Amino acid sequence: MQFWIVQTLNSLALGGLLFLLASGFSLIFGLMRIANLTHGAFFMLGAYLGASLLRYDHDLGLWVSALLAGLAVAALGGLLERFVLRRLSRNPLGQVLVTLGVSFIIADACLMAFGGDPIPVPTSRALARPMFVAGFVFPTYRLVVLGVAILSALALHILLDRTRIGAMIRAGVDDPAMARAIGIPVSRLFTLTFCLGAGIAGAGGVLAGPIFSAYPGMDADMLPLALIVVILGGVGSLMGAFVGSFIIGFIYTFGIALVPDLAYVILFLPMIIVIALRPRGLFGRLAA
Amino acid sequence: MQISRRTLLQGTAGLAVAAPASVRAADGEPIRIGLLTVKTGPLASGGIDMEVGMAMYLKERNNMLAGRPVQLIVADTGGVPATARVKTQELVEKNNVHVLVGPLAAFEALAIDDYITEKQIPTLSVAAAEDMTQRHPNKWFVRATSTSAQCAHPMGEYCAKVLGYKKMITIADDIAFGQEMTAGFQRVFEDNGGKIVQKLFPPLTAPDYGTYVAQVKSDADAIFLGFAGSNGFRFLRQFNEYGLMDKVKPIGGMTALDEAVLRNMGDEALGIITTCWYSAALDNPQNKHFAPAFRAQTGYDPGFYAAGTYTNAEILDVALQSIGGKAEDKVALMAALRATKTDTVRGPVRFDDLGNVVGNVYIRKVERIDGRLMNAIIKTYPDVSQFWTYPPKEFLANPVYSRDFPPAKNL
Amino acid sequence: MKWIPTALVLAAAALLPLLGGDFYVNLASQILVAVLMAASLNLLVGYAGLTSLGQAAFLGVAAYTCAWTGVKLGVSPVVAAGLACLMTLAVSALFGAIALRASGLGFLMITLAMSQVVWGLAYRLVAISNGDNGISGIVRPSPLGLSLDSPGAFYWFTLLVVVLALWFIAILVRSSFGATLAGTRDQPQRMAALGHNVWLIRFAAFMISGFLAGIAGLLFVWYNKYIHPSALSMTASAEALLAVIAGGSGTLAGPVVGAAVVVLLKNYASAYVERWNMMLGFVFLLIVLFLPEGIVPGVKRLLGRGR
Repeated sequence: MQFWIVQTLNSLALGGLLFLLASGFSLIFGLMRIANLTHGAFFMLGAYLGASLLRYDHDLGLWVSALLAGLAVAALGGLLERFVLRRLSRNPLGQVLVTLGVSFIIADACLMAFGGDPIPVPTSRALARPMFVAGFVFPTYRLVVLGVAILSALALHILLDRTRIGAMIRAGVDDPAMARAIGIPVSRLFTLTFCLGAGIAGAGGVLAGPIFSAYPGMDADMLPLALIVVILGGVGSLMGAFVGSFIIGFIYTFGIALVPDLAYVILFLPMIIVIALRPRGLFGRLAA
Repeated sequence: MQISRRTLLQGTAGLAVAAPASVRAADGEPIRIGLLTVKTGPLASGGIDMEVGMAMYLKERNNMLAGRPVQLIVADTGGVPATARVKTQELVEKNNVHVLVGPLAAFEALAIDDYITEKQIPTLSVAAAEDMTQRHPNKWFVRATSTSAQCAHPMGEYCAKVLGYKKMITIADDIAFGQEMTAGFQRVFEDNGGKIVQKLFPPLTAPDYGTYVAQVKSDADAIFLGFAGSNGFRFLRQFNEYGLMDKVKPIGGMTALDEAVLRNMGDEALGIITTCWYSAALDNPQNKHFAPAFRAQTGYDPGFYAAGTYTNAEILDVALQSIGGKAEDKVALMAALRATKTDTVRGPVRFDDLGNVVGNVYIRKVERIDGRLMNAIIKTYPDVSQFWTYPPKEFLANPVYSRDFPPAKNL
Repeated sequence: MKWIPTALVLAAAALLPLLGGDFYVNLASQILVAVLMAASLNLLVGYAGLTSLGQAAFLGVAAYTCAWTGVKLGVSPVVAAGLACLMTLAVSALFGAIALRASGLGFLMITLAMSQVVWGLAYRLVAISNGDNGISGIVRPSPLGLSLDSPGAFYWFTLLVVVLALWFIAILVRSSFGATLAGTRDQPQRMAALGHNVWLIRFAAFMISGFLAGIAGLLFVWYNKYIHPSALSMTASAEALLAVIAGGSGTLAGPVVGAAVVVLLKNYASAYVERWNMMLGFVFLLIVLFLPEGIVPGVKRLLGRGR
């Protein structure tokens, strides 16, 4: 019994982590049709920045450093969109080349700046302590991550569906020419969206840091995870990314525990099945 | 001193102009050492330390070994086997090195195995692949560090006899290094009456260990960690997160709580017992010099990779001296390397007839010394061979250690 | 007179072993293998408009089949090569049948996913692949009794194979099949309306692409005499894709130039530039900024403008 409860909590917590990782990617792809392969590197950069901010000033706290790292990565994302990706709106292969190229640069710069050792992102003492619930132990921080993921999903939903900016973004996506004609600053909106997506990745990297730590190679480990979640849930659908994160969380956690021999393929098999049977993903409106 | 590739090459270019290599007297010609290491990608931490260790040794001797100047050429394999081969070819065919130090990872050593035989290049490696000195020995290969299981064997005995553990779990990266290490541990632990009740092998790139931690059988006495690099670090932090440290004691293989990992850990690491052929806290004259000097240069304690490469340099130095510095005579150099018997930073070493080291293995405990975490020595197993106490013939007649050998009887 | 530059390049390539040392000859062999990989992928990316991130899987399937049958079953290198080709075709057919249900990002992801499954099997099916230890002891073939063990001989053999493959691709893309394939890339709906079986055309391109990558896999495993799961990792697939895009997708010379740039930066310049990964990234960035269509079409455009 305890096994099932703990693994269910594990699945939910991992799902939350995956949502923090994948939502920014989904947002950018959904609105701009850019597969931002720098996303894993943004996530890693966030984790490294968070770890160094906290090392520099421990009293800063996890939340403030997540915010600061998120802003820094958002600024970097804005530069990338404004000066490079904007020229490539009709050149998806160019987008692949430059987003992978920039992730090489970020990964190597992190290695140069932070060295090759894994660096933990510390949490406050209260969050680091495990929680005792009905006779079993579970890490408090993982439950916090789950809560943060749900809150950020709600916030994103409200932003896109309930605000003026969200309405403008949706209009810009549906028909850029028309949106421009009625005076919506489409290109500025795109930069903003890219900043937002990159910023979520950066802040998510800090929040995942106490669990994953920041380490070289993290970018390459994380990028496929983000892609899997987004493809499974359906590209451009926030709901899809949300549900996809938790589905992957459950499949990974229980799959490995129950059928350890599938450890290598457990993340990819469901995706192959979903794409083969339903190319638009579980919740996607558009084919990828 | 940072020996950069570029300045070295400029240096050689200058020499070449002054006097072509072919007409220079042999005594003025430098001994060329190629260091195969990893400076980019996930394995870079150890690889960078390898370069520092090597460069330090040479600098301490004013870049002279056995009376000859030494030229060090460093190549970055990125931790990829195909690239390791390319870089080896570059060192041998373009830079004409006399001897290779490295590579870092087992699969890199296996990727260049046939090539160093074909080109007859004496190679001093830190890579742990068992069969390179067992069932498929390479006569151009010496290993002054250890095989994957060499340090795990004594730990198996220590856990069973000294710590009195009855039931243990093993967990390791699902690569040959982790499999061989845990298999060696299992064999000795079970031969001494213990039982391995669970074996876990997460893939090298497992994103999260939560699902593994939750599977750990909490009635076991302890869990043996066969991780390398950042994985052991991440696993241990997550293990601690779940409040399991007090229930199931973690026991470290030779890289799990390396000095490189310890410097980023906190009090949760205190008291963890590990096994290795080295510790920065070792009390011998060589290490009394090396560890503080390394620390002064880098700001941190030397670990597995720094000490392993430094040890290789010490052995190479002794071997070169014994043949009058004639690095060109590869057969003589190889014989001298294998005949070397000397005191190094890891203690006294010699080699068995397959080219693997016979040397001390230390049981260590994480303690706070001078305000930082260190692996304090609590027991020394002297002159441990790769075969432990088993007769070599019988040992070699068995299949190589793996996920399935020795078979698990008590799961 | 368009053949003159090609002939000059070929003549220079053929003379290389007489001029350069072993290291440079071996480097050239590696470039050729990467060229074939990129050219095979270019059929999908450039001519069929299907961006794949799993091309290394075919290299891996061929290399592992060749290594396993040669080393563990002891068949001769030629038989091993034949079996590897058959196996690659079978896997290409299976993967093509599944992957072509998707397009765009979905196609990229499903090819990535399938190649990751092959990668996982290479790690986990230890009985066949030796797992992380890889398979060593692979023997190069000796066609017509000529040994390929020296760097020069292997280079000439590789050059012959790669030139033949490129020639085949050149004929293919200029044939009516090539025209139809380009049609499915640019106007899939119209092609379907005109009565073409778009799926079948793409499937054929997928099979040919996989097969050629398999040939690259044979050359790869003969060159290295060792195979390890890393050869079919996502990084390896990404490298081939980046070579195609950097050189110029949908052109014949693009993958050749792109693969040469990537291999030279990775395997040669890395000896002089410690931060070679960063340099690779900046090179890609510069290409996108100044030659967004890739090196070969971009340089052509600049030269054309100069006239």
